[in-house]
Amino acid sequence: MLQYTIRRLLLIIPTMFFVALITFALAHSAPGSPFEKNINRPLPQSTIDRLNRLYNIDKPMPEQFVLFLGNAVKLDFGPSLIFDRQVVDMIGQGFPVSAQLGVQALLLSLAISLPLGVVSALKQNSAIDYGSLFFATVGYTIPSFVIAIFAIYIFAVNLRLLPIIGWGDLKHMILPTVILALGPAAVLMRITRASMLEAIRQDYVRTARSKGLREQVVIVSHVMKNAMIPVATIVGPVTAGLITGSFIIEQLFSVPGVGRLYVTSILGRDYPVIMATTLLYAFLIMIANITVDIVYGILDPRIKVGK
Amino acid sequence: MATVTTSAAQKRSIDANVLTRKQRSLWQDAWWRLRRNKAAMMGLGIIALAAFLAVFAPLIAPFDPTVQDTKVNNMDPFWVDSIYHNSRFPLGSDQLGRDILSRLIWSTRISLVVGLVPTLLVFTIGVTLGLLAGYLGGWIDNLLMRFTDIIYAFPDLLFVIIIMATLRNTWLGDIMGGLVLIFVALAVVNWVGLARLVRGQVLSLKEKEFVEAARATGVPTRRILIRHLFPNALAPVIVSLAFAIPGAMLAESVLSFIGIGIRPPTATWGVMINEGYTVFSQSPWPVLLPAICISLVMLAFTFLGDGLRDALDPRMKT
Repeated sequence: MLQYTIRRLLLIIPTMFFVALITFALAHSAPGSPFEKNINRPLPQSTIDRLNRLYNIDKPMPEQFVLFLGNAVKLDFGPSLIFDRQVVDMIGQGFPVSAQLGVQALLLSLAISLPLGVVSALKQNSAIDYGSLFFATVGYTIPSFVIAIFAIYIFAVNLRLLPIIGWGDLKHMILPTVILALGPAAVLMRITRASMLEAIRQDYVRTARSKGLREQVVIVSHVMKNAMIPVATIVGPVTAGLITGSFIIEQLFSVPGVGRLYVTSILGRDYPVIMATTLLYAFLIMIANITVDIVYGILDPRIKVGK
Repeated sequence: MATVTTSAAQKRSIDANVLTRKQRSLWQDAWWRLRRNKAAMMGLGIIALAAFLAVFAPLIAPFDPTVQDTKVNNMDPFWVDSIYHNSRFPLGSDQLGRDILSRLIWSTRISLVVGLVPTLLVFTIGVTLGLLAGYLGGWIDNLLMRFTDIIYAFPDLLFVIIIMATLRNTWLGDIMGGLVLIFVALAVVNWVGLARLVRGQVLSLKEKEFVEAARATGVPTRRILIRHLFPNALAPVIVSLAFAIPGAMLAESVLSFIGIGIRPPTATWGVMINEGYTVFSQSPWPVLLPAICISLVMLAFTFLGDGLRDALDPRMKT
């Protein structure tokens, strides 16, 4: 187990290297220098040369990449090309906001999906079951930005209950958190229901009932304990989805997090910010997946993760 | 005496059964199951309607989707319009005075093309490499698996966004208003998943007796791949493609919505939402109507995909 964990953690290094290489190569294949953008007020050639020297753009590509990697390891991504700030500071400011939004959404989606999934499996084909299946299909099918548009129309434009943009107090957090939570909640609910239904039909459940255990004990310690294993595995991809899904929601609701920073940097071709945010996202997703694989190995002794 | 007649009757009825029960292939069986699934057939109906609108867009759309007339902008659809009695635009007009109905119809065309073309590319690349890697193993397999590990670490949508953002202003990004670059970006990112799926199928299939028999009788590798392994691995591939098509359509909407997808003035649902969003609180319909279209098409494909999965492999039913 320990060996497996160490190997998975070490594999992060080459993967991050390739992610950096691909992003770097793509960013530098874009035509033109970032300093030639303003056509109405072109910079004098001497200034462009100086800027190119300052940002190492005059050096050959491989050398630039090595310089970039050397600095990135020290978490130094240089200054932004658009704002007069260090990239690390910008991310440092946005990250707590995004983390709060993401954690709130994850907790909310677990709080909705697990009870719904368990209840609809126990009362299969009842009104509750059909209701939550309908909710799951809608939440899983309709993209979050489309749901966001409908929600904004109903709650902000028509009923004027909630503000559309901004971040800070509870009122601002309701819409982004709920909408971000819907997709993951739908996926988790489907998985919970399916794996509960499968666990209920197992022989060990019949054995537990026939030896006279109370129904409550059977459900909680025999059915649910086993049904939660597949659910735990899906939390990893769901977390990854939350991380990448957040930038559309942050953009829509003007939440000052990393996601909005990412979209702004993409639109403004602010390459240092693009590089840093992409590496951050890739890192977070890898950590999420590794954590889940390890937890899975601990939860289910039948799985040999070391292989 | 009695026994003889019974057995004769039985024999007749067995004969009759043999005669009436036609042989059905896996595909006929699947189609029969799919047809009984109401949600899947409704999905298929919506998709058929969308395909019809897409093909005949120039004949159906009442206006040119890009012609502007600012004198008649921000018109409401007929069911809300009580002041202007706007009879020209059934679903109203956007802030540049373009007919929303026509723009919605033309968007269907772009959406379906974006759904189909990258999926065809993904199908070709993914199936070929998956078959080869799974059957031949060795260094090809190793290379594929290491490569897919890297792509897997990249969140799909982020990778597509980076490709779009960096290559938009090259010659590739200019062809057909950015459409071709979207095809390329989606294909580059999505073939990996399918290749892994096919590889997994082949790994379990190639140990089966029918493949061994084919090998033993000297069937060439190419023929084993195409005639024996491919058809047997096809069912999960079809299910995965049924979900890949709406996935690609959604990616286009998201990209166009954040402003790095299809270039305006070309009409797509994502572009329409992007353009209308700035004046959303004053005139919501230019945003709500394309949002409804996206929702309908996404629901249709999910119903069809779920139906296909249940029909092709009843064991997978959840």
